[in-house]
Amino acid sequence: MKNNKAHFLCARMLLGPLLSLVALLGHPTLVFPQQRSAKEELLVLPGEVGRSGGRLVMSLRGEPKTLNPLIAADARSREVIGVMQADLVHINRATQLTEPSLAKSWKVSPNGLEYTLVLRQGIKFSDGQPLDADDVLFTFRVYLDEKVHATQHDFLIVGGKPISVRKLDAYTLVFQLAKPYGAGERLFDGFYILPRHLLEKQYQEGKFDQAGTLATAASAWAGLGPFRLKEYVAGQRLVLERNPYYWKTDLKGNRLPYLDDLVYLFVQNADAQVLKFQSGETDVISQIGAENFTVLSRQQYGYNMTDAGPGLEYYFLFFNLSEAGEKTPAEMLRKQKWFREVKFRQAVSAAVDREAIVRLVYQGRGAPLWGLVAPGNRRWGNEKLAHPARSLERARTLLKEAGFSWNNGPNGESRLLDAEGKPVEFSILTSSSNANYPKMAALVQDDLRQLGMRVQVVPLEFRSLLDRVLQTKEFDACLLGLVSFDADPTADTNVWLSSGGSHLWNPSQAHPATAWEAEIDRLMEQQLAAPSYEQRKKLYDRLQEILAEEQPMIFLASPDILVGAKNVVGNFHPAVLEPYVLWNVEQLYLKNGAENATR
Amino acid sequence: MRVRRMFIRWLVVLGVLHGIVVCAGFFAPYDPVEQDRKSPYLPPMRLHLVDAQGHLHFRPFVYSLKLREGSFDQYEEDATEPHRVTFFESGARYRLLGFLPCRMHFFGAENARIYLLGTDAYGRDQFSRFLFGGQVSLLAGLLGAGITLLIGLCIGAVAGYYGGWRDSLLMRLAELFLALPWLYLLFALRAFLPLAVSPLEAFFLIIAVIGTVGWARPARLVRGVVLSAKERDFVRAARGFGASNGYLLRRHILPETCSVLLTQAAILIPQYVLAEMTLSFLGLGVPEPAPSWGNLLSSLQQYSVLVSYWWMYLPALFMVPFFLGYLGLASSLQGREEAYKIERSSLGSLM
Repeated sequence: MKNNKAHFLCARMLLGPLLSLVALLGHPTLVFPQQRSAKEELLVLPGEVGRSGGRLVMSLRGEPKTLNPLIAADARSREVIGVMQADLVHINRATQLTEPSLAKSWKVSPNGLEYTLVLRQGIKFSDGQPLDADDVLFTFRVYLDEKVHATQHDFLIVGGKPISVRKLDAYTLVFQLAKPYGAGERLFDGFYILPRHLLEKQYQEGKFDQAGTLATAASAWAGLGPFRLKEYVAGQRLVLERNPYYWKTDLKGNRLPYLDDLVYLFVQNADAQVLKFQSGETDVISQIGAENFTVLSRQQYGYNMTDAGPGLEYYFLFFNLSEAGEKTPAEMLRKQKWFREVKFRQAVSAAVDREAIVRLVYQGRGAPLWGLVAPGNRRWGNEKLAHPARSLERARTLLKEAGFSWNNGPNGESRLLDAEGKPVEFSILTSSSNANYPKMAALVQDDLRQLGMRVQVVPLEFRSLLDRVLQTKEFDACLLGLVSFDADPTADTNVWLSSGGSHLWNPSQAHPATAWEAEIDRLMEQQLAAPSYEQRKKLYDRLQEILAEEQPMIFLASPDILVGAKNVVGNFHPAVLEPYVLWNVEQLYLKNGAENATR
Repeated sequence: MRVRRMFIRWLVVLGVLHGIVVCAGFFAPYDPVEQDRKSPYLPPMRLHLVDAQGHLHFRPFVYSLKLREGSFDQYEEDATEPHRVTFFESGARYRLLGFLPCRMHFFGAENARIYLLGTDAYGRDQFSRFLFGGQVSLLAGLLGAGITLLIGLCIGAVAGYYGGWRDSLLMRLAELFLALPWLYLLFALRAFLPLAVSPLEAFFLIIAVIGTVGWARPARLVRGVVLSAKERDFVRAARGFGASNGYLLRRHILPETCSVLLTQAAILIPQYVLAEMTLSFLGLGVPEPAPSWGNLLSSLQQYSVLVSYWWMYLPALFMVPFFLGYLGLASSLQGREEAYKIERSSLGSLM
């Protein structure tokens, strides 16, 4: 559970520098709420007007664990919860900027410590009960309650103190921060507002973590998202139905969403998902590998495959630099001596053929990566960062400078020896959940073989891999991928801070182990509090330079977001931020809605 | 007489096939782990005798393949330059029979690389991997069967010869072994071993596991043979003359089991090759990049490979003669020895 949380946290968060910018420029795609009636303040969405009806079917990689947004740690649960719940301020997945959601507007005090949010009036939960400031108060009380162990809890601690919330009137709330927070309202994305009328009793009885299991009756669960619970069949599917009280309309004033039903089929295996999509059982598919994308693209009968471009996923190799405990075996200490040598890590980085990874693993649908900012993120990358071509020559020079040498092994192959004359051998852990991981590792293995390193690749089930990396720390090196949930650098705070639970190469340090990690901590905290984008960017650029110099993570590649949908799905505009295809689910419609409904 | 001829014929076939695999380094044009990263999933090259201009060549040649514009995995022949197939070329280093350092390869191509069975995801030569993989898989089968038969012989002989409580105990144990779900036990066993095992360690582990698992069936057969042999007149006579148990077993009884063991070997070896392949296919066998027949086929687990690259099936096709050889050998052995019923076990099952 703890691992999961860490993984979730590292990838999740969203606080941005964009407040000032939004205020200046307005929002490109945003139409501000229009008063429909005195009572109901609906949000009008721009875009193509669709037709109502029909059901959309898609695969989910396994069953969600819960419908409770506070305890959901796995991607599947979060995906489902995302369409059933709504937040105060939302990050538009296409523009990557914030826009009003349940809060129709917000104001920040000049010192940046106070956020005043105004709720939409007259809107209702999916069970018809009205929303007011008390629901929001209740929600944040639960999020901040340490006994609940909300996965997002840590993000409400700003400057060492929890955010405080108070109500001005039935629709106005004030959020008080202890320290200015550069990105402000991005914070509110993903904090789903809970129905107080359904959950307060359970919370007071201390049974909050039992709320929202999949066995919950549809009538006992409600949210503010476009869909609500209809039916759950264990092991098979989850059916959501249209929320008739949803608070968005299209340009013609039709209440969204268009779809009547949204069906998730539980399909564990990626290949099985492809087959289901190919045979027409599902309507959309996302997060598929390049090879399956090619197969699906070859014969596009009634569907259309889209390469949405590079996303925010990044893959990297890192070594175990964690502090040696008393129980650490001598062999591990010997290996860590190499890993701690910066020239060793630089040599590995120089020897890795990133272009080959993109070509062989992603069939060219991806980008080689030299820094932590994936090419899908256009605002935060350091353009000055060098992209050195692969050079075994440079790698050998670096190794030689660090005291390594070579001799000939029993079969005439060259072997790398450390300063004590011992051969350099280690293993790379990687996840077996996805065929791309072992493939990437096999390429790295061969690259390093050419330097004389003997590397074993060990594919491991993802959960036990995380356990080894974050808990027991019994590993040499590991090849892993992360996906940022937001383009803003704060999304990965937990990865870069030395105290972070997902600071993978040496997690949860009490004090920064090295000077450069201390420097990264400082830069990270400074950019968090810096008022302007330019200042933050400058600090973040410096952070990227340090990482490129020290190579605690050897960045490899970033794949494109590959998705597909049947031609009948309207308003299908995949984004490079999660959820890639369902981010605008309320606007998706079926061009032949009636036919599909009777399918 | 006819049966004997058949036996020798199958033996020759198997001898040739194994000879090729044993000398994999010589017959394979390339190192099995060498990656040609410009040519992933390259289809098998065609051997030509007539070139694009219609000229006849006396020595076969190949055209190198190049990627079609804008595609990742579609190749076309580049007919500008024929590359003649050459023989006895010097190439990648290997050790003939495991100890003779050598560089000579049976064939290659002039100024180009030749891929008779295509390449895999990393651009590795499937033909070379098939031959080197055969070394791993066949040796695992042979050694595994050897261990099984040795254990089976010992246990079967003790149970059959001494009888009584030893017989009951050992045969109940055999029944227990027959009833265990081995595949799951293998998974469990793998979980207890250190994470990273070298290909050599993994190899011996597999042999040890599949070798010790299958002893029950041969042990029961041997027991049956021993039971009947120990009641024969000449054995009784020898015992009457004061022969010791050890002498009787060694001199009179165990030789009787010889034909049963041979037939069992011919059945067990291909079965154990398949067992190795199953383990490697599931990722429990010899780790990548070392080739084994199971590793070669494991890429077929991916749907995209299954439907896109037909030549990834070819190794399976090339394995057929090996299995056929062993089955033919087993049946001719069975024909020779009608006296003993041979318990047949289907090839499809793991053990």
